[in-house]
Formats: sequence, C-alpha cells, structure tokens
Amino acid sequence: MWTDILLLMRTEMMLILIIFLLLFWKLGGGGRVQIVQAVVNGGLVLALLLGFVLSDSGELFGHMFRTNDLLRLEKNMLVLAALLVSLLASQWVAAHRHAMEFYLLMISTLLGMCFMLSSANLLMFYLGLELASIPLAAMVNFDLQRKQSAEAAFKMIVSSAFASGILLFGISWLYGTTGTVDFDSLATALTGSPLQVLGVVAVLAGFGFKMSAVPFHLWTADVYEGAPVPVTAYLSVLSKSAILFVFVSVLYTVFGSMQQVWYIVICVLAIGSMLVGNLFAMRQQNMKRFLAFSSIAQVGFILVGVCGVNATSSAAVVFFLLVYLFSNLGAFAIVQHISQSTGKETIDDYRGLARANPALAWLLAIALFSLAGIPPTAGFFGKFFLLLAGAGKGTWFLIIVAALNMIVSLYYYLRVVKAMFMETQASRTGGLCGRYFHHGFVWRCLRVYFQPHASVEALLLILLFHAVWLSIKIILLKN
Amino acid sequence: MNLNLFLLIPGLTAVAVLLLRQQSQVRMLALAGSVVQLVLAIWVTAQFLALPQATTPGAMAFVSEYSWYPSLGIVHTTGVDGVSLSMILLTAVVVLAGVLVSWKVTDRFQSFFFLLMLLSMGAYGFFIAQNLFVMFFFLELAVIPKFLLIGLWGSGKREYSATKLVLMLMGASALVFVGLAGLYYGQSDASAGFNMQALAASPLPLASQLFFFPFAFIGFGVFTALFPFHTWVPDGHSSAPTAASMFLAGISMKLGGYGALRVATFLMPEAAAYYSPWIVLLAAIAILYGSFATMMQTDLKYINAYSSVSHTGFVLFGIGMLTKTSLQGAVLQMVSHGLMTALFFAVIGMLYERTHTRQVEKMGGLLKAVPFISTVFVIAGLTSLGLPGFSGFVSEMMVFVGSWERSGIFYRVATVAAAASIVVTAVYILRAVGSVIMGPVQHEAYLQFEDATWTEKLAAVVLIAAILFIGLAPFVMNGWIEPGVQSVFQQVSAAGGR
Repeated sequence: MWTDILLLMRTEMMLILIIFLLLFWKLGGGGRVQIVQAVVNGGLVLALLLGFVLSDSGELFGHMFRTNDLLRLEKNMLVLAALLVSLLASQWVAAHRHAMEFYLLMISTLLGMCFMLSSANLLMFYLGLELASIPLAAMVNFDLQRKQSAEAAFKMIVSSAFASGILLFGISWLYGTTGTVDFDSLATALTGSPLQVLGVVAVLAGFGFKMSAVPFHLWTADVYEGAPVPVTAYLSVLSKSAILFVFVSVLYTVFGSMQQVWYIVICVLAIGSMLVGNLFAMRQQNMKRFLAFSSIAQVGFILVGVCGVNATSSAAVVFFLLVYLFSNLGAFAIVQHISQSTGKETIDDYRGLARANPALAWLLAIALFSLAGIPPTAGFFGKFFLLLAGAGKGTWFLIIVAALNMIVSLYYYLRVVKAMFMETQASRTGGLCGRYFHHGFVWRCLRVYFQPHASVEALLLILLFHAVWLSIKIILLKN
Repeated sequence: MNLNLFLLIPGLTAVAVLLLRQQSQVRMLALAGSVVQLVLAIWVTAQFLALPQATTPGAMAFVSEYSWYPSLGIVHTTGVDGVSLSMILLTAVVVLAGVLVSWKVTDRFQSFFFLLMLLSMGAYGFFIAQNLFVMFFFLELAVIPKFLLIGLWGSGKREYSATKLVLMLMGASALVFVGLAGLYYGQSDASAGFNMQALAASPLPLASQLFFFPFAFIGFGVFTALFPFHTWVPDGHSSAPTAASMFLAGISMKLGGYGALRVATFLMPEAAAYYSPWIVLLAAIAILYGSFATMMQTDLKYINAYSSVSHTGFVLFGIGMLTKTSLQGAVLQMVSHGLMTALFFAVIGMLYERTHTRQVEKMGGLLKAVPFISTVFVIAGLTSLGLPGFSGFVSEMMVFVGSWERSGIFYRVATVAAAASIVVTAVYILRAVGSVIMGPVQHEAYLQFEDATWTEKLAAVVLIAAILFIGLAPFVMNGWIEPGVQSVFQQVSAAGGR
C-alpha cells in the first residue's frame, strides 16, 4: 500500500516535500534567496525526472485518486511550466521581501492542480481546484506596493469564489439526482433528466469561469494586468492548462452521455471566446492585457478542438497546450525581461526594439508567430490539429469562423512585430538600448543568453521546436 | 534522387547566411546556394526526362515518403511530374536572378538573404509536395518572409502593404484549410489521409465537392490575384524591395495557380466543371480590369503589378476553361509570367536605383544613358505584350486556342473579351517603353549613369535566356507538362465534365 502511494503519487509527494522543506526552513529563519531558488528549482527538476522515469497507472484511496500515462504527461507539462515560471521570475523574486512565501504559494497551487488532474471523484476534484485557486489570489497580490495588484487579487478571489460556488451548486444537483460523486458511476447514472441538465450546465459555467471563456471572462484582463508578470504567466499557462485538461476528460467521460446538451454550449463558448478575445486584443496597448485577451481567444480555439469529440481532439488539445505553454511563457519571459529592466509595458514602448536588441526582438517574434500559428513554429501544428479535430463532427460553420479568427489574431500579433521591426522612430526602451547597443553583435547575444532569466528564453525556443517531435508520441499514445 | 535536397539546400544556405558577418561573404554564399539550386533543378529535369514517368499521365517520379504524424495521415510525401518540375525550374531561375539583383543590399543583409532563402524553400516544398498537409505547411511558410521583406526593406507605405498582403494571403490559406479539412473528412477511402494521389482516386461525393471547392479554389485564387481579391497585388508589389517583388510576382503568385490546378481542380473535378463559368467570368474580369487599370498607372511598379493581375488572370482563365490545351496554356503562362515579371521588376529596380524615381513621365531618353538596361526593359515589355518569339506569346496563344475549343456562347464571348485585352496591353507597354527610354534625355545627370553591373547583367541574361527558351522552343517544355496536365484533364472528363 505505502509503496503504491509513493509510486503512483510521486509527483505530488515531491511537491509536498518541497512545501514542507520550505515551511520548516522559514520557521528556522530562512536562507539566502539564491539558495531557496536553487532548492525549489532543483526540487521541480527532480519532480519532472520522477515523472518521466516510469510509466504506470493505477488508483488509490477507494477510487479517489487515479493516474495513467496521459495524466502523468499532463502533470509533467505543468511541473515543467512551473519550473520555467520560477526561472523567469527569479530576478523579480530575488528583489522581493517574501521570496520564500512566493514559492510556497506557487508549489501549493501546483500540488492542487496535480490532485485535480488525478481526481476520479467530484469531491477530490473540487478540493484540488480550491487548492489550486486560493493561493493564486495571494500570488496575484504579490506586488505589495502596487494598488492594482491588490485590486486584481480582490477581483480574482471574488470571481473565483463565485465560480466555485456555482460549480459546487452544480455538483450538488448531480449528487442529489444520482447519489454518487464518483466519475465512473456518474457516467453511467446520468440519464439526462432536467435536474441533471441543470447540474451539468452549472458545472460547465464553473469551468467556464476558471478557464475564462466568454461570457465568463470579465475578470481576466484586469487580473492579468494587475498581477506581477510572472504570476500573469502562471495564470495564463498553468491554471488554464490544468483546468482544460480536466475539462476535456470530464466532458468526454463523465458527461459523455449528455453530449447533445453540452455540444452546442461548447460551440457557442468557442465562437464567443474567439470573437471577443480577438476583437478586444486588437485594441490593447498594454502587453499584459494584450496577452490576456489573446489567451481568451486561444481558449476559444481550444474549445473548437474540444468540439470534435473524438480521440484526436483530446490529443490535439493536449498537444496544443504543450505548444501554448512554450510560446506563451516565451512571450511572457521577454515581456518580464523588458519590464524588469526598463519598466515599460506598452506596445508603443516596443518600437524599434529590433534595432536596439535584435535577439530579444526575434525571440519575441517567434513566440508570437507560434501563438498566431505560423509555420515552421510548433504553434502551426497545434492550431492545425485543433481545427482539424474540431472539423471531425462536421460542424463546418464553427471551423470557418475559427479559420477566419486566425486572421484576426494574426493581425494583432503582427502589430507587436511591426512595432518592434518596422518602426523607424527612436526606441523608447532606452534602458535596453543603452545596455546592448554599443557592443558587437556576438557580445550582445552572449549577454542576452547568459543572463539567468534570459537564458530561459533561449531554452524555451529550443523546446518550442522539440515540442513538434514530442507530439508524435502524444498522438500515438492516444490512438 | 531525393527531392528533399530542394528543401535542404535553401535551408542550409539560410542558416549559413546567418553565421557569416561580411556582406561580401553573405551574398557570395547566397549566390552559390542559388546556383546549386538551379543546377540541381536542371539535373533533376534531365534525370526525369529519362524516366518512363515523364510520358505517363499522372505518374510521379522520385517519390519518397517520411512518416510525420502517421495517425492523422500526415506523411511527408514528395514527388514530381513535368508540371511541378517546370515550376521548380522557374523558382530556381527567379531565385538566382533575385539574389543577383540584391547584390547591393547593405541594411541587415543577413536577415535579408535568410528570408529570401526561406521563401524559396517554401516554394520548393510546395511544388514537390504530394501530401496536402505538407503543401499547406509550405504555402504558409512562404507568407511570413514576404511580410518581413516588404515591411523591413520596402519603400513607400510599406507597413500598410505588408500587413494587407499578409492578412489577405493568410486569410486565403484559412480558406484553403477549410477545403483541405473537407477533403480529409469527406473521402470514401479512409486510409488516404492527406495523400493527394489517394484522394484523386476516390473523389468526394458531389454535394461535398460543391461545398468545398469554392474554399479551396478561392483560397488558392487569392494568391493568384483572383478578382475581387487581387487588391494585395498592387500595394504589395510596389512597396516590396526589388528581389521581393520578383519573388512575389514570379514565384508566390504561381503557388496559387499551381494549387488551384493540383488541389482544387484535380481533387474536386466535378465541382470544377460545375463552377467553370464562374471561374471564367472572374478571370475575364481580372484580365480586362487589370489591363485597363494598368493604363491609368504612372508608377512603373504599379504598371507591372496591375499588368500582373491581368496576366495571371490568363492562368485562372485557362484553368476555368478546362480543356486540355487551355490547362496546358495556363501552366505555361505561369512559367512565362513568372520569368517575364521577374525580369520586369528587376529592370525597374535597376532604373530606380539610378534615377530614384519610378514615375514614367519623369524619365526619358534612358536608351542613350543606360543602353543595356534599356534594352532589357524593351525585351521585358515585348514579352509582356506577347510578341512572337518570347514566352508570353506562346502561352497566351495556347490559352486562347484552348478556350476556343470550349463551345458555348458564353465561353466564346469571354475568350474574345480576354483576347481583346492584348490590345490594351500593347497600349500601356508601348507607352511606358516609349516615354521611359525614347525621347530626349530628361536630365543632365542621366548621362553620367553607370550601365548595369555584372550581377545585374547576369540576372537579366539568365531570365532572358529562359524566356527565349520557352518562346523559341515551346514544344520542349510543353512536352514535359503535357502528361501532368493530361492527368488533370482525364480526371475532369471522367467526372463527366468536359
């Protein structure tokens, strides 16, 4: 039994270990930030390695917790993303008074996500979800001096609590009508009676809030803008991916028999998210708000893939999220780097960046091209598979709308590229200009690559292309 | 013989260019890369002609397969027939000429040649692809380099033009995507995946064909300046730097024509026959509208851009007519227009570099000042207006003859109207040629101009040689493309079209 627990829950155990280590260390007075970072990053790397070594599946605690290859892969993706966020936050955290608490909160949410993924029971799922969302609000509040940060945290906690309430309400309907919260027995017990439909719709609304699909997206932009950049990156990649992973599996397995109820709902959510996300992203000036709306649009594209309802679509969603993880974190890494060195965050500030610092500009351009889905970046494959999977049901209207939305999204991603490459005015990112401009090209590249947080970007870039090959495995795994 | 060399060589050149620092090294490397491409293209053609596939309709030579995403039916399949080889030869010639005329690019030259090579890689990949996904991948791969080339090295309202171009072309490929997805899910043979030969063997049911054909055809059509989606052409061409204009008009627009023939018409033949009148109508409008719009232009690049709308209209016109001769003429017109327009843009670039203007009325008497460039200009003009002996005559003639084979009053009227545009072409070409190179020398300084440098001369000679080759011995290339076109034609006739 104990060996089973240790083996099947090894990612979670590792995260718990880090949490306890940090807690006791804090009690003992704490240490230097660099050492804390090294320990946290090391722990995450170890968790990642542990996740990759064995492939096993099984369940624990009377069908509360389950794991299999796909879940393990998803957890590994989350741990990797957390590691990347931790790296890109390193400079910012090092200057912060509460470095240790930041890592504590971050690992706790990660633990919550892992439990949520592995849940085979609505209660367990809810527990994981709450563990994943409440510490997030504290993380959003981490720029202690900025009022917007506190405001964002407040918005986050209120809307998150509201969403959880609705979700719980839906869960109670389902429990009330079927008498079970276990996923497998729910799947067979659902008959499609009106009360159950109500429950399903409430659960879907709760999911919608968490993944910020339109019309449940209103909190997103403000929270993303107010939060510190690394936390925004964390929110837009990790919490979104985790909830989408669970969403797909719950939708396909637990609510599989009620497809006629939710299919049209998901289609509408997808179209709404793409349209609203894209149209609002076009008008944004602040890079963080821009990425926030673009991530709403990306959720729309993912939901198009979800609408395919077959094995290909769940594989396509996982693959897209893998790509999205790298491209979005890549974009955030550079936004964070520029914001940290110059304090500038609007698109106008990026003018002439290509002249001042070509390496950074090209990296950001590649990340944005990947988000826009342009070959040869991995984003192209992600989008292609999503839309192809979405077409499987033959809802061509949805596919046409999605394909046209690709163009709209391309327009605003290119806006940033244009600002960086084609503006002839003097760069407004003066700090960067001064720091890099006078050296030779090679020296400049070296400077960029060997700064700890900028090396993340290089890493991301490499991984971005590797993601293409990784995907072969995922799709094989599913089919 | 592995066709992936056509991807490898530009790819390696592109990467190697980024590693070098001296302008002279970079351009020599790019030149070497493009010479290798041309040699390879000629060599592959020579090899191909010795094979039995060269005369068998529908047979592909040098087929290779690499599994990419097998579970989705995505296999990196490559293969060529005479039609794709003609396109590959065209690409290789235009790339070589494009590199030669960009000899003096000094601003961010590494990125410039990198993007040129990436663009050529996209074009090669598109032409050798036998799998729809691979084709789509390379179609999109060739778009972003254009955006950057125009936006970074362009002139005039370059940002506007670059954005317009990229949005329209990506929009077009979004339409193509819908067509591809339709083919993927609609086929009766589930194992076909995206394989073009397998898809051609088991066409879609008629209803799906009628639904998806417009997506695929209009999508590819936008690349080929299908009316009314041609608006990116004038702006894009006129803002682009010389080499990018050459690539755009010479190669990129051919991607669309090739796709319209190979994907839309070949894979959905019944729908092609059904929509044939509409294609002919739109193409005829593009031909006439393009030539009349050219009459009003005074900027040399706009003149060539609008005349490109008119000339590529013949490609779609030939495809729309669906007779064997007209399809053959369409393919030949793609090659011919590619060479001719590349030559035209090259010579405009040379003139602009010297006179710093592209306005027709501000130039004059250049024949005295720069005789070589002026002669090339005349040749480009005469090819454009379809003088016998040059490639333009042969291909347009074939399109007209092929169109006349199609009976029906509508097609006859359309053919006559399209043929009438030749007169208009003659008017604007002769007027431009006359006022630019004849007459009194407009400016004292013109007499001090240096005539073409060796790179410019070489670029012009390569292009003119290719034009003359097609113009004087059209039967050679015609023999290559005939079996390939035959397979499309068979497909259409089997489907009960014509």
